[in-house]
Amino acid sequence: MAEERFDVVVVGAGPAGTAAAYTAAKGGLKVALIERGEFPGAKNVFGGVLYRKQLEDLIPDFWKEAPLERAIVEQRLWILGEDSAVTFGHRNYKYKEPPNCWTGLRVKFDQWFASKAEQAGAIPIYETVVTELLRENGRVVGVRTDREDGDLRANIVIIADGVNSLLGKSLGIHREWQPDQVSLAVKEIIALPRQTIQDRFNLDDNEGCTIELIGQTCGMAGLGFLYTNQETLSIGVGVMVSDLRKKRIKPYDVLEGIKRHPMIHRLIQGGEVKEYSAHLIPEGGFDSIPPLAGDGWMICGDAAQMVNAVHREGTNLAITSGRLAGETAIAAHAKGDFSAGALEDYSKAVRASFIYKDLKKYRGVHGLLASGDSEMLFEKLPQALNNAAYEMLLVDGVPKKEKQKIAFRHVRDAAGGNLNLLRLFLKGWRAMNG
Amino acid sequence: MLHLVVCIKQVPDSREIRIDPKTNTLVREGVPAIVNYFDLHALEEALRIKDEHGARVTVITMGPPSAEKALRQCISMGADEAVLVSDRAFAGADTLATSYVLALAIQKAEDEWGPVDMVLCGKQTLDGDTGQVGPGIACRLDIEQLTYVEKVEYLDTEKREIVVHRHLEDGVERVKAKLPVLITALAELNRPRRASLPGLLRAARYRPIVWTTNDFPNIDRSKIGLRGSPTIVSKTWVPEPKQVNTEFIEGDGPEAVAQALIDRLYATDLPQKLGWT
Ligand SMILES: Cc1cc2nc3c(=O)[nH]c(=O)nc-3n(C[C@H](O)[C@H](O)[C@H](O)COP(=O)(O)OP(=O)(O)OC[C@H]3O[C@@H](n4cnc5c(N)ncnc54)[C@H](O)[C@@H]3O)c2cc1C
Ligand SMILES: Cc1cc2nc3c(=O)[nH]c(=O)nc-3n(C[C@H](O)[C@H](O)[C@H](O)COP(=O)(O)OP(=O)(O)OC[C@H]3O[C@@H](n4cnc5c(N)ncnc54)[C@H](O)[C@@H]3O)c2cc1C
Repeated sequence: MAEERFDVVVVGAGPAGTAAAYTAAKGGLKVALIERGEFPGAKNVFGGVLYRKQLEDLIPDFWKEAPLERAIVEQRLWILGEDSAVTFGHRNYKYKEPPNCWTGLRVKFDQWFASKAEQAGAIPIYETVVTELLRENGRVVGVRTDREDGDLRANIVIIADGVNSLLGKSLGIHREWQPDQVSLAVKEIIALPRQTIQDRFNLDDNEGCTIELIGQTCGMAGLGFLYTNQETLSIGVGVMVSDLRKKRIKPYDVLEGIKRHPMIHRLIQGGEVKEYSAHLIPEGGFDSIPPLAGDGWMICGDAAQMVNAVHREGTNLAITSGRLAGETAIAAHAKGDFSAGALEDYSKAVRASFIYKDLKKYRGVHGLLASGDSEMLFEKLPQALNNAAYEMLLVDGVPKKEKQKIAFRHVRDAAGGNLNLLRLFLKGWRAMNG
Repeated sequence: MLHLVVCIKQVPDSREIRIDPKTNTLVREGVPAIVNYFDLHALEEALRIKDEHGARVTVITMGPPSAEKALRQCISMGADEAVLVSDRAFAGADTLATSYVLALAIQKAEDEWGPVDMVLCGKQTLDGDTGQVGPGIACRLDIEQLTYVEKVEYLDTEKREIVVHRHLEDGVERVKAKLPVLITALAELNRPRRASLPGLLRAARYRPIVWTTNDFPNIDRSKIGLRGSPTIVSKTWVPEPKQVNTEFIEGDGPEAVAQALIDRLYATDLPQKLGWT
């Protein structure tokens, strides 16, 4: 065993763990940051969009030095039909000054972020897997790693080991996750010349665009995305695991289908696939958040299921929860009290933050997606909406009043009648406003 | 106690190397740097000697300040001290200049921490690939050199003798030499260890000792850096890939392709040569 004792040991150098380590080290605590990857970000995957606000709270003006791809000036939402789309979107150059969010690549970003924690004094321990929590009399007193003499003792262990939190499970605060509480996402990075990307998406240097995609997921609950980086595009799709099992479809086949969609195909055409990756996304939402603290431990980020899938926000929830855990550790250290009672301040802080409020608002979404309506919500309705739009805009001499009826009928029939449509609408409304 | 010096070089990770098609030189930007592969084997052998006989292991590199990371990795594995020989005046060194500076550094390490019994180098580097630096150091220090070592049979610290196996093109040579010696390591020599947790903790806080030209009062400035490097790279090019006859085996499904491959192989004399039945 390493003889040294730490104030805080953080497990996982993703956004949550690094934010916790940075905060605690900056507050003068003795911190170790343990990561199993060769370096932070080595194997981490996200869409992804990084947000300014929550990281700025931690590192002011960080974007002037952080490795970010493009500042997002336009966000689009495409509801896909088989070979068509109903599109929404908003472009606004005010999103540049100051930037609202950026596309990013985890390999670069996580490494940079962790280097800030190192500069703040956190001791990096990489290529090291935490195999279990050390416990004495029901308290967590440190971690065991897979290295020789690998035990490390600490007053507080901050658990930030991501969606499939084995350490959370070992504490008994998570059940083994259910297939309807996680999505499996697959992603490709496609290289294209910078100018080609800018021409295709109508962008200037350093400006970026995101497209979220609904529909064409083979009748399964899922969302696709296509984001612009400097010299690559990130394209991917996440699909609920329970639906994948039911349909026996592989996520890569769903992605291939999306890539063949005529509107997507034109955007990615000629590009070279540089990278494949896959990762889980927690979808259980509010009701799957575990207890957040106990004797000698706190849990944050994906490990605590903090993802807002509707707004594809995760990293910012992770960073904020990490910061709050770090701040709680500083206060606990000052008092010399690392009990569940003292660390409960972290739960309180999370509850008072946007994390809790946002997840609460969308509390019903998980139920909606798990209720077996995937076929309807992700295939029939998007297609019907496209059919309706087609009808409305086609000038063929049919009187407009008649047109309106036909268009509406497309949607109503897809839903299985007026009553069903109303029911779905109410269900959706409630799910989004819990 | 024995004093062992290991010379290591930080090199670009060859798994990620690209060649600039215009200039035909290595693209080094953005490529992660690692400890030269063979040097880790040299370090491991020193650490094994330390484990068995007790020794002080000093690691030395000549390189830019960023080579500190490579030195820290050596500390994490168990080296006692690490020295970064770094100065703008050393830049542009070829093997002649590099071995001159390293020999001076090894002499300085003797002054600081006692006589050196063994210098360990890698067989060659992944980027320069010459294999000349080790022998260059041995000549300048005027000690025996044992290159291409695949096995240390034994080390007798009483008699100050070492017996090693050198792997040469036409066979293996078993050689005995008197300490002090210089060894250059092959990958077969050993399997480098994984750092322990206490090792990592020590490395994370460790700051290497830095020596600049000022630390070598008697240095001959005409022998270092670009000025001390007579090697001229007159031309570099990427060799054409060898043309080989390629045959694509196709079929319906993996089983059919596998069967076709087996049939194809058995149509040659290969199975017979390999003694398959
Ligand atoms: C396809 C996809 C798209 C997404 N898009 C977005 C987006 O656009 N915007 C957004 O904000 N969020 C997005 N998210 C969500 C976001 O990626 C996560 O919410 C966020 O990464 C959570 O951070 P974290 O630090 O909690 O976990 P992670 O980032 O998963 O980090 C956990 C770390 O712990 C390490 N670890 C795990 N176990 C151990 C162990 N036993 N020992 C040592 N180390 C360990 C892992 O290697 C990893 O580095 C997306 C996710 C996916 C999968
Ligand atoms: C792309 C490229 C361009 C180059 N261009 C020039 C040029 O223009 N002019 C010129 O004069 N030279 C040039 N060089 C040569 C290069 O700078 C030296 O040759 C190099 O410092 C040592 O040679 P090597 O890498 O072949 O080492 P090798 O002789 O193959 O190394 C054998 C062993 O010596 C030890 N060793 C080697 N270098 C060091 C070190 N720096 N510190 C500690 N131990 C070490 C290690 O144990 C290593 O395993 C170039 C090299 C490369 C790769």
